[in-house]
Parts: sequence; C-alpha cells; structure tokens
Amino acid sequence: MTISDAGGAQMVKQESRPAQSGGATVAADDVKMRVSGLDFYYGPKQTLFGISLQILTNRITALIGPSGCGKSTFLRTLNRMYETVPHARAEGEILFDNEDLLSMDPVTLRRRVGMVFQRPNPFPKSIFDNIAYGLRVNGTHGGAALKEKVEKSLRRAALWDEVKDQLQKSAYALSGGQQQRLCIARALAVDPEVLLLDEPCSALDPIATAKIEELLFSLQDQCTLIIVTHNMQQAARVADFTGFFLLGELIEYNKTEIIFKTPAKKETEDYITGRFG
Amino acid sequence: MLWRNTWRKFVNYFMFSMTGLCALVTVGVLFFILGYLVWNGGSSLSWAFLTHLPTPVGERGGGMANAIVGSAKLLLLASVFGIPIGFLGGVYLAEFGGRSFPFVVRYTADLLNGVPSIVMGIFAYTIVVLPMKHFSTLAGGLALGVMMIPIAVRTTEEALRTVPLVLREGGLALGASKWKTIATVVVPAARKGIVTGIILDIARVAGETAPLLFTAFSNRFWSPGWNQPTASLPVMVYTYAISPYDDWHKQAWAAGLVLLTLVLVANVVAKLFVSGRSAH
Repeated sequence: MTISDAGGAQMVKQESRPAQSGGATVAADDVKMRVSGLDFYYGPKQTLFGISLQILTNRITALIGPSGCGKSTFLRTLNRMYETVPHARAEGEILFDNEDLLSMDPVTLRRRVGMVFQRPNPFPKSIFDNIAYGLRVNGTHGGAALKEKVEKSLRRAALWDEVKDQLQKSAYALSGGQQQRLCIARALAVDPEVLLLDEPCSALDPIATAKIEELLFSLQDQCTLIIVTHNMQQAARVADFTGFFLLGELIEYNKTEIIFKTPAKKETEDYITGRFG
Repeated sequence: MLWRNTWRKFVNYFMFSMTGLCALVTVGVLFFILGYLVWNGGSSLSWAFLTHLPTPVGERGGGMANAIVGSAKLLLLASVFGIPIGFLGGVYLAEFGGRSFPFVVRYTADLLNGVPSIVMGIFAYTIVVLPMKHFSTLAGGLALGVMMIPIAVRTTEEALRTVPLVLREGGLALGASKWKTIATVVVPAARKGIVTGIILDIARVAGETAPLLFTAFSNRFWSPGWNQPTASLPVMVYTYAISPYDDWHKQAWAAGLVLLTLVLVANVVAKLFVSGRSAH
C-alpha cells in the first residue's frame, strides 16, 4: 500500500507547482478527490484494502485490472452508488474538494459527480426528456432554458447532429453507441464536476468506441474524468493517469506513460504484457 | 437412427399440436361464454334494459339501469380504496423493503388473496353494516376494495421488479432522490404491467357476488348517495337466475352480458391507453 501513497504524491509534484510530499501542502485546486486508506466491505467480505490515491482536476484517470479486482467497486464509492446494495459499507476517507465525501448527502454528491454505466441505460422516454431529466430534477423547468441546455449537452456529447430532428422519439430507437453518448449527454447536462465512467465501451463496437474516446478527450478541459476499463489500449490511449488494481488493492498508480512503459511493480508489468488477467 | 429421427419428429409435432390446442381452448372458452351470453341474453338487451329500472314480477320490460350504475359506483369506491393502498404497498415491497418485513407483507398479501370472498363480506358487514345499522354502497365498496389490495400489491411488485437495476441507478446518478427516481423512472417504465394488473384486479372483483349479498344488498330503485343499499349486476344476475320466471332468466343472461362487455371494454381501453402512451 505504500506504493499508492508515494505514487500519488509524486505524481502531484510532477504535475503542479512544487510541493512537499505530505498531501496537505499540495494546492487544493489541483486535487479533485483525495482518497486515503479506503476499505470496502460487502457484508463481512472485504473487497477493497486501504486504497489511497489522488484524482487530479480536469485530467482523465483510468482504472485497470482483471475482473473482480475492485475497480468498479472503487468507482462506485466515489458517488456512493454502492449504497444501493444492502450491507455494503466503505471505511476510510475520501475528500472531495476538501469535503468529506462519505458523510455528504448522497443526492447532493451525485449532482456533482455524474456516472455513465457499463451498458447504455437510457430511460424509456424521449431523447429530449432523457437529457432534461437531470435538469428537471435539479429544478430547471421552463421551455427556453431547458431546450438550450439540452442542445448544449447533446452537442458536448457529439450527438446533436444525429438526433436534432428526432428529439421527441424514444431513446430506445437509437443505436447502442448513440445510446451511450446519450447517457453521457444526460450526465453532462447537470454540469458535473467529476464524471465516472464504468467500462462505458464494453458493450460497443470499435467505431462507437472510437467516438466515445474522442468525446472523452474533448471533455477533459470541462470536467474530471475517471474511467474504469478492461481494455488496456483504451487506458493507454485516453488516460493521463492510470491505476492498476489487483485483488482489491491498488498495486500501482502513476502517469499512464510510466505505468505502460516502466511500471515499478512486477504484477503491473505481468498484467500489462498479458501474462495474466 | 432412422427410427430415432422419426420418433423425434413425432414428439416435436405432437407437442406443437398440444400446445397449440391448449392455446386454442383458452381463446375458445372466452368466445364460447361470450357467444352463449349473446345467444341467451341478446334478445332481452335493449336500450330500455340499460336505462330503465326493473319492473315488478309479471310486468314485461324493464331494465337494470340502477344495477349498472350501482356496480360502477361500487367499483369506483373499491378502486379508490384498494388501488392506492395496493399500489403503494407494492412499491414498498419492490423498492424499499429490507428482508423480514417484506416477507411478512408478501405472505400476508398472498393469504389475504386466498381469503374466500364471502369472508370479506362478513368482515365488511361487521365493521360497516352493523355500526351503521343498514346495508350500503359504502360497505360493498369496502368489501370489494379489500379484495383488490392483495392483487394490486403483488402485480405492482412484480411489474416493478422487471425494471432493470441500471435504470434506477441512472436516476440516482443524476442526483434524483430515491423516491423521485421511483416516481419518474421506475414506475413509468413498469406502467404497462401495473395498469394491466390493476385492470385484471378490477375485472376480478367486478363479478364478485358473495361479499355484496350482505353489504350492498340490493335495491329495486335508484340508490342515491353512498349510504343506501344498492343494486349491482352480479347480485341481479344471481337474484334473477334463481327466480322461477322465464323473462327474469333472460334478463339475468343480459345482465351477465352487460357485465362481461363492460369489463372487456375497460380492459381494451386501458391496454390501448398504455400502449399508445409508450409508443413514442
């Protein structure tokens, strides 16, 4: 576990103004989320062990690792989505803009930390109503403002040109890739500070995947992205930072380049080179 | 080898025929009943039957307008009473329940569903008719309403359980509260199943006779308001069918036909409404 602590701190040093290695002195605006000593349990079974890392503002962070390594569970602690599972609990500390994330009101938290899921999950409503959902829930009503925001969100998700003439059609009429971009647009509509993506391309073909990746690039100056992926090439292509999870532990966390070219740990190297996983 | 193949083909063909036959019987029974009702009751069915009060024995003509309105009022009251309780209870079971309490609720609902309808009648008789000292629409509506609860609970629960978890998470992830997600995503997604279940529920109690015999009783005249005894179609069918008069028998068939038609129409309209709304 020492690796992740050290890795996180070093990384911050390289990326921002010089700082001492104690996390506290790192400029607060650069660290969006600071996770320290996070343990996670499903009932009596522990699935995450002392995870510590720092997520930097407006960067893309990828989490990789074999199935069941805890990367999705970790992602779900960051917007407290794990709370939908009975008897699940997280212990440790997550600071989100220096607020204690684990004791925040989950509804308020999720308005600031959006999520895109493994399979596209549009609501059985029209395209327009899908995008407008989060806005309405958050109190934006009324025609013009709502319309404007829906268009803006669809443009941000590079979907506007494909759907602008069929906003009242069911979202289910769209293709899988379009549905996933719709879900991204839906999440972006409420202007989240952080967007969590849980294997967003695993149900998509290569062309749709390429579109989503392009989209992620274009989003990174607007929000902080954290993506869980099975696809190592994807991590290498899109992410600024990469964390490698194995059996509930964060083995290594560093700049993507370093993780893929000169990993410090043997386990990481074995996984990257395809010797297991 | 050849013999095996022949046998396999035969089994295949046989099972296909059997399933098809049983499907045909299911449809056939409904049309048979409908046809029989039309055959026997069609001749007594007239505009007067739908708009006039019953006539005394021996006088020809007359209708069952009061029973049609009475049945409508009873069902309305039963729905107002039974659907919200059943629906919200079902939402609780599907969305909020922990482990042991929902088990108890579910089990109780199933037991309640199995309570004979005549016992429901006694129940309503005891808590409404006895204190009020007379039969009423209110008591009948209550008896039918209680009967509606268990099916409304279970069909709502079942329909909500078919909604995938990812839709709930989608709502929650956008900062909607749990209740908001249920009300705006989960229930609309399950709308079809819920409406269908509730229509079946109404259709089921629409034909109940036993609990009405000593709650709503019957009435040869209009029943104003809610606290008078009222006529209803099933009780009229019963009364007329066991009478010794031929033209009353015919009217009983006609009343049965009206009852079945109303239930079928309600069913079709509700289905059209639901599928029409989810089409876009």
